[in-house]
Amino acid sequence: MEFFRIRKDIPFMRHALVFNIISLITFLLAVIFLFSRGLHLSVEFTGGTLIEVNYTQAAELEKIRGGLSKAGYTDIAVQNFGSSRDVLIRLPLKAEQNTSKIGEAVMQALNAEAPGATLRRVEFVGPQVGKELAENGALALLLVVIGIVIYLAFRFEWRFSVSAIIANLHDVIIILGFFAFFQWEFSLSVLAAVLAVLGYSVNESVVVFDRVRETFKKARGMTTPQVLDHAITSTISRTIITHGCTQLMVLSMLVFGGETLYYFALALTIGICFGIYSSVLVASPLVMWLGVSREQFIKVKKQIEGANEDGAVV
Amino acid sequence: MNRYPLWKYVIVALALAIGFVYTLPNFFGESPAVQVSSAKATLKTDIKTLERVESTLKTANVETNGLSLDPHGVKVRLKDADTQLKAKDLLEKQFNPDASNPQYVIALNLLSSSPQWLTNLHALPMYLGLDLRGGVHFLLQVDMKGALTKRLDSISADLRSLLRDKNIRHAGIGREGERIAIRFRDAETRNKGRIALEDNQPELQFADQGEGSELKLVATLKPTEIKRIQEDAIKQNIVTLNNRVNELGVAEPVIAQQGIDRIVVQLPGVQDTTTAKDMIGRTATLEVRMVDEAATQTGSTLGVDIVPEHQRDGTENPVALKKMVVLTGDRFSSAKATFDQNQQPAVSLSLDAAGGRIMRDVTRENLGKLMAIVLYEKGKGEAISVAKIQGEFGNQFQITGRFTAEETTRLAILIRAGSLAAPMEIIEERTIGPSLGADNIKKGFNSTLWGFAAIATFMIAYYMLFGLISVAALAANLLFLLALLSMLQATLTLPGIAAIALALGMAIDANVLINERIREELRNGLTPQAAIHAGYERAFGTILDSNVTTLIAGIALLIFGSGPVRGFAVVHCLGILTSLFSAVVVSRALVNLIYGRRRKLESLAIGQIWKPGNTTNAVAAK
Repeated sequence: MEFFRIRKDIPFMRHALVFNIISLITFLLAVIFLFSRGLHLSVEFTGGTLIEVNYTQAAELEKIRGGLSKAGYTDIAVQNFGSSRDVLIRLPLKAEQNTSKIGEAVMQALNAEAPGATLRRVEFVGPQVGKELAENGALALLLVVIGIVIYLAFRFEWRFSVSAIIANLHDVIIILGFFAFFQWEFSLSVLAAVLAVLGYSVNESVVVFDRVRETFKKARGMTTPQVLDHAITSTISRTIITHGCTQLMVLSMLVFGGETLYYFALALTIGICFGIYSSVLVASPLVMWLGVSREQFIKVKKQIEGANEDGAVV
Repeated sequence: MNRYPLWKYVIVALALAIGFVYTLPNFFGESPAVQVSSAKATLKTDIKTLERVESTLKTANVETNGLSLDPHGVKVRLKDADTQLKAKDLLEKQFNPDASNPQYVIALNLLSSSPQWLTNLHALPMYLGLDLRGGVHFLLQVDMKGALTKRLDSISADLRSLLRDKNIRHAGIGREGERIAIRFRDAETRNKGRIALEDNQPELQFADQGEGSELKLVATLKPTEIKRIQEDAIKQNIVTLNNRVNELGVAEPVIAQQGIDRIVVQLPGVQDTTTAKDMIGRTATLEVRMVDEAATQTGSTLGVDIVPEHQRDGTENPVALKKMVVLTGDRFSSAKATFDQNQQPAVSLSLDAAGGRIMRDVTRENLGKLMAIVLYEKGKGEAISVAKIQGEFGNQFQITGRFTAEETTRLAILIRAGSLAAPMEIIEERTIGPSLGADNIKKGFNSTLWGFAAIATFMIAYYMLFGLISVAALAANLLFLLALLSMLQATLTLPGIAAIALALGMAIDANVLINERIREELRNGLTPQAAIHAGYERAFGTILDSNVTTLIAGIALLIFGSGPVRGFAVVHCLGILTSLFSAVVVSRALVNLIYGRRRKLESLAIGQIWKPGNTTNAVAAK
């Protein structure tokens, strides 16, 4: 089999403006949704209590809600979790509450109104922990960004590292935008997925940039857009097969992983799709507009001793 | 050119063999067991304990599947859960005849059924996190400010008696926030007082304040002392938690310090989460204090602490306590639920030597006055006993009062398990039922399995033999990853399983890079052998680059992640490292084994190679 039978370089750069406008619109939409709707943060970030119970038959959510409000719980969320027999109950954080008893108290309230529930899981997170997690998440994101910018600047040139990080941060914002728009739950594992995607799709840009550098060195007389077109065209087959394989695995998690892994896999799916798009079709034009040229490249090669001599390529 | 020297093959074979051996224990499953371990520091479990366990079970005709002794205690394997419960009850009766003073911890446990020779190699199954095996997880925040005020309260009592001994007159001693203020009427006495205190209290620093007749000497704790108190407080709390957990009978509890002021408690496999939470979450401290009778009557709140005392009839009486703490809970060496001479439930208490001395002095000086035992929970005190001092107390005394037999038992356990040096608060809790754990394992396993199968099918269809080699390399990657996780005994969680799946999904990238590169070299007209060589050599730089960026993200997660994210990050980072080895070295070894010796190699089984302008599509395909 051979999926990609490309005779000539595809003129990606001719449409660079279009790609970037599409990307800019998606980005702006994501930002708008993030601000207007906000993220639906999980208990881990907001603090509060989360209780998962399991019924032998389909659970009657109305009865559960009734039982809990009768027991004095306000501002609760009751929803099915995965199947009609599993129920997830969210309780907000309250100052005056015996945290160690809340699981039992809820179970008692449930047994009064909707009996037959077994407790599957209780999670309680205090306010200080939630705040720390949010801070640590932001710090982790910052560390990834700085680490990648430094690595790419060292390995290539500042133009590459700047475009790669812009392209990939915009992926992150778009994933967050999806979560804001659909009000999917943003939990710690989603955060892990977002950061993993950041590292993963930057390597996509790295592969293309490797090829750009190689082509600059080898082929004289090609214009910058031609060089970029050639680099993207010759790596496109690997790009799609690799991402396809990763997506197969993620899809399997989406289908078989249950509710706990669902949003994790969803974040990865969005990240992989937009990762291909942005690291290839957004990062490369940015490099072009930032004014990359053959001369710089040869200069850079002299400056950085020991930089990959053959220009690692695909 | 595509031959590895023998040592490289040997390394690959050795790595695979080691990987296989260390992955093996994960396939044997677990069998029910009972674990007998010591509840006292002075009591050791040894071969005699083992013999005693054996004979106990034998006389009761309980069949065992072998006993073993390790540093944690004696472990007995049993054939099913019913015998396990039966054996536990038997051993409980035999080893702890006095239930109120247990000598041993008898706990239900699950032991790996892997054969002994594997265990001898330290090849153990992966350590499953709570979300996979069920259990309770708590994160407790120690209230350091509370530890300091407690210490300051007891220091101000010391200062008071010190000044009295030296006959230095002061106009009152009191704690003001995090310092102690001692009032004096004239500068001369203050100087005398300062000299006396500085000599005797090296942990304090003193400063003069005030003018005229309002002279003050302000004492604060030295920074090194503050640090020491905080360290001691958290250490003592950990010891106390250990004691409480021992009373619960948990097989492999984890109680560890996290950061400077937090404690993690994990009780895997605990079925009865209610009791566990009740015991751990009980953040009680015990204090013995004198009652200020005048203030109690007038209802004055000046210079006293008011705590409620619950009456039998359900009403509450406020009790005014003097600020001075006579004793704290750490002075109690034992506590037992008994009955007093009137057959009323009582708690019998013993004090350590220092505590006994203090108690004797205080009771002698305060005959006929009221003394209270106060239990502090979540910063709120409750007088559990207020009694008139009838005589001089010694090391042993009883608290009687409005208790039921059940209450005295509970109280005895609380006092015995030790008090906390500083109050604690649960700031994070996770309880996972055992059925959810089993579900999570199944889901994680299925995702990995089907994802792997899908990738394998595609790779083999697309790259033929090279696809098969890639799949073999991917399987080797999985093997190494599992072996590494088993060897390190890193905690595997559901996000960890997700990371395994993701690691496989990303690791295939390296093989795609290599295979694509080989195809490209063939397309450019290289001979098959040269194409293999060039493909591997040139793809390596890119593989390294792409893994480094992924690793940067993994390390950031490892540094800043906590809980589930950390579980993900550990596996993610390990997966990147193993994939570098398996995708490059292992797959190359396989290719070399298959093609390396064939001099006249005409074509490679790497699927169809399409060249622009070539419509027959058959050039290099087999």
